[in-house]
Amino acid sequence: MSAGSDYTGGGNLSPALLTTTSVTPDRRDEGVALSRHDFLAGAASWNARPPAGAGGMGGAGSRPPGTSFHRAEALGPEPARITLTVNGRRHDVIADPRATLLDTLRERIGLTGTKKGCDRGECGACTVHVNGRRILACMTLAVMHTADEITTIEGIAPDGQLHPVQAAFIEHDAFQCGYCTSGQIMSALALLDEIRRGEPSAATDDVTAPAVMLSEPEIRERMSGNLCRCSCYPQIVAAVRQAGDAVAEPSGAG
Amino acid sequence: MRIGSELSRKDGRLKVTGSATYTADTQVPGLHYAVFATSAVASATIEALDTSGAERAPGVVYVMTHHNAPRLRPPAPGFGSMTFLPLQSDQIRYEGQPIALIVADSLERAMHAASLVRPSYAVRPAQMSMLERFGPDADAAVFDTLETVTQGYDEPDTRTGDPDAALGSAPVSLSRRYTMGFRHHNPMEPSATIASWDGDRLTLYDTTQHVWGVRSVVAEALGLAADDVRVVSLFLGGGFGCKGFVWPHEILTALAAREARRPVKLVLTRSQMYAACGYQSATVHDVALGASRDGRLVAVAHDVVYANAVPEAFPEYAAAGTRTVYACPAIATRHRVVKLNTIQPTAMRAPNEGMGNFALESAMDELAYELGMDPLELRLRNYAERDPTTGKPYSSKKLREAYHLGAERFGWSRRAPHPRAVRDGNDLVGYGMATALMTTYRFPSAARVRMRADGSVVVESGTQEIGTGVRTIMPQIAADRLGIDPQHVEIVLGDTTLPEAGGTFGSSSTMGVGSAVADAATKLRLAILRTAIADKASPLYEARLEDLEVHPDGAVTPRGSPTRRDAYAAVVARSGREAIEAEGSWAPGGDVLGTGDYAMYTFGAVFVDVRVEADFGITRVARCVGAYSAGRIINPKTARSQMTGGMIWGIGQALLEQSETDAELGRFVSKNLAGYLVPANADVGALEAYFVDEVDPHASPLGAKGIGELGATGVAAAIANAVYHATGVRVRDLPIRPELLLG
Ligand code: FES
Ligand code: FES
Repeated sequence: MSAGSDYTGGGNLSPALLTTTSVTPDRRDEGVALSRHDFLAGAASWNARPPAGAGGMGGAGSRPPGTSFHRAEALGPEPARITLTVNGRRHDVIADPRATLLDTLRERIGLTGTKKGCDRGECGACTVHVNGRRILACMTLAVMHTADEITTIEGIAPDGQLHPVQAAFIEHDAFQCGYCTSGQIMSALALLDEIRRGEPSAATDDVTAPAVMLSEPEIRERMSGNLCRCSCYPQIVAAVRQAGDAVAEPSGAG
Repeated sequence: MRIGSELSRKDGRLKVTGSATYTADTQVPGLHYAVFATSAVASATIEALDTSGAERAPGVVYVMTHHNAPRLRPPAPGFGSMTFLPLQSDQIRYEGQPIALIVADSLERAMHAASLVRPSYAVRPAQMSMLERFGPDADAAVFDTLETVTQGYDEPDTRTGDPDAALGSAPVSLSRRYTMGFRHHNPMEPSATIASWDGDRLTLYDTTQHVWGVRSVVAEALGLAADDVRVVSLFLGGGFGCKGFVWPHEILTALAAREARRPVKLVLTRSQMYAACGYQSATVHDVALGASRDGRLVAVAHDVVYANAVPEAFPEYAAAGTRTVYACPAIATRHRVVKLNTIQPTAMRAPNEGMGNFALESAMDELAYELGMDPLELRLRNYAERDPTTGKPYSSKKLREAYHLGAERFGWSRRAPHPRAVRDGNDLVGYGMATALMTTYRFPSAARVRMRADGSVVVESGTQEIGTGVRTIMPQIAADRLGIDPQHVEIVLGDTTLPEAGGTFGSSSTMGVGSAVADAATKLRLAILRTAIADKASPLYEARLEDLEVHPDGAVTPRGSPTRRDAYAAVVARSGREAIEAEGSWAPGGDVLGTGDYAMYTFGAVFVDVRVEADFGITRVARCVGAYSAGRIINPKTARSQMTGGMIWGIGQALLEQSETDAELGRFVSKNLAGYLVPANADVGALEAYFVDEVDPHASPLGAKGIGELGATGVAAAIANAVYHATGVRVRDLPIRPELLLG
């Protein structure tokens, strides 16, 4: 009998299994701006994480998030020096090949605005942008992102001027404890881009239509990958809606 | 922008920019990482524990097990911590119990090393069955064989009148069993502790709802003076009760940091949270009601069975609300426990009434249908003007107004009298309502308020910001008493170097901390004005104190003489001191319920509109309206968020949340956010919360009461009642699953 730590599977199902066979895959997967294939691929890489030195971890190279980890020159088991570009700044870090992007941001780079709520792709607290798309930083390894542009909550209001989404969150009281808020805001920003690009969701009536409206059902659906236990959902919807209108207007979109 | 104004959260900017510092965000030089290896069995003796792999793993600096861990003084039996501590013996009492603690130089290395720990156990049968023993057919006599928890703050059993006789002779009566599953708090922030020693002095950065509780329990366990332990908690990512008690991991992290001679950070995994910081027990409720034909209650009986961990004693007064909610000459309540192999259960939003309310309010709904009476009318007919169990008057109660306000905003008069009468497309539409109710808990608190020479004000109190808005409403209260705009006021909190405050639980902070802040700010105002009129350099020299008036920008003038002007800041500056400060405090007197001559509760009326999809039995709450009688509201904006948040908790309780157990293995099996469903954004419809105008002069000098838990009561029953109205199916077991509504 092995110890029931989370990391052995001793007494626990593997994270990947639980995530991808989630009892509500419709709503848990929704809002993650990866294709389902990419999502599964990312989860598989997580599953393959221990033991150290197993190889198969991605090296550098240009690729969309969550893919191409198969092509690899092996890294590890020793920690390696990698460079990550976060919020436009390059950070040289010593990364364990097993280190998630989330833990690397938080524990190595010191960007603690991105939160860990579950470490297994279920809560959205760790949402960041990679090359302009939202991903769950707990579900991907840092070494897979050496060629990517990573944006965290710390990077969206660099000059101290709040982004309209941030301001709307305050105005609508769209948080209480604030722990999920970084992830909510990063999701909200990505959501507005997804709508602008006309990408449909499970809440879209006509998925073949060229444009998608920023409706409340769309917002609810696309924000459902971000859990808020303080339960500020109606306020979050109101904030995203207001910010969406504010962001859309100056560009004359729609 | 003072008391009663809709001030936006003062910590809003920190929270939307990711710069609020939660425990695990704390930067400490030389930090090492602690990870638990935990038991996969629930009841056992550890026969062997092979840690050689972990010890040899790269980066590992320390491995603590029951073989080498220094002996701790276990916390005394009582409320707020566990008497049983892991890593102190070879005994396993619950699945998920730590069997080893690894400290390494990186998180990844600590995690890997923890996976290499190899235990072997002599396993005993575990006790994990609870609801199974109390199915609909269970023998009522089982109840009488169970234990009572008498250590607590209230009576486990009460009896007024003769409910048995009254039930026997009542023209209308019913007797029903209701159950609810195990639930876990699941705050988005997992529990975390960072321990840092400086010689014999310990600093703990900790996710706690009560820094003072952690200080005393950890100091006691480690044999330290309380003054040698400092506990810091600047922002909490929610708690909902699971960070209220002091749990073994907090003590063990402090111990590990001492033994490893390094600062150590431990963050529980989401999965570990299910066996590390309590849970809400499953409960079984037997409710019997007797009434006259015109709907007057003549008897109410409510028996509750809940769980406790094998060696512990935690009181859950799930029938407490039943003692007071309706006028009735004969009321009996009883509580009994079943002992399980789990971590100790604990309070969870909402404890006590939050559970029993579902049973009683469901039974009231059943009685209304039995009588052919509108459910709201039945409540009004049994409106309690005095507490029926103690005979005391209520400190304040405007529930009648709340019923009417809620009914009107909801449109209750449109309700069809019979179930299964309304359809909307493929949805069965139902309306349901219930009374919300919560006991008032108050704790002594102290605060200090300082005015600096630049006119800025700092409130200092060792309370916690858990998301309820303490960082916003305490400055509001201080500003109100000082007579200035709250933009000039900040709060420093979450540190045992500050004045001592009560825990952030029991919906108590506004009353306890708020009253202490009001007291300190009132004294500070007086101190500054007195300084001014005694100061020859002040334009206000020798003015009469009663004549002075403070303006929102901090200017002070005699009433009617706007040109004879001084200012708070100028008074402080001339005093030569860095700041003028005052201390304040408040205590309710008596015990924790310390309500003296009054019965003290908050109340509400909850109305819901549900849609049950006819083919699949999926229930959605389209709309929920709550009207609350909860004393003076300090900040309606943050208060509404608490109430609607509570409603969503009620939706989770009614429709989604249950920690599944495996009685054979003795464990919770759905230990993650995919297996344990909390409401997500798309699960929630339109929510409206209203407050009736009310001031409770007895609950606190502010006239305010607590609201955090009230919002999570009433909702589950209203939903179950609406589901009955929609479908004609009465569900007495939460959560309401689609399959129960089919066929
Ligand atoms: S921490 Fe990444 S999804 Fe929860
Ligand atoms: S604000 Fe607390 S979890 Fe969302």
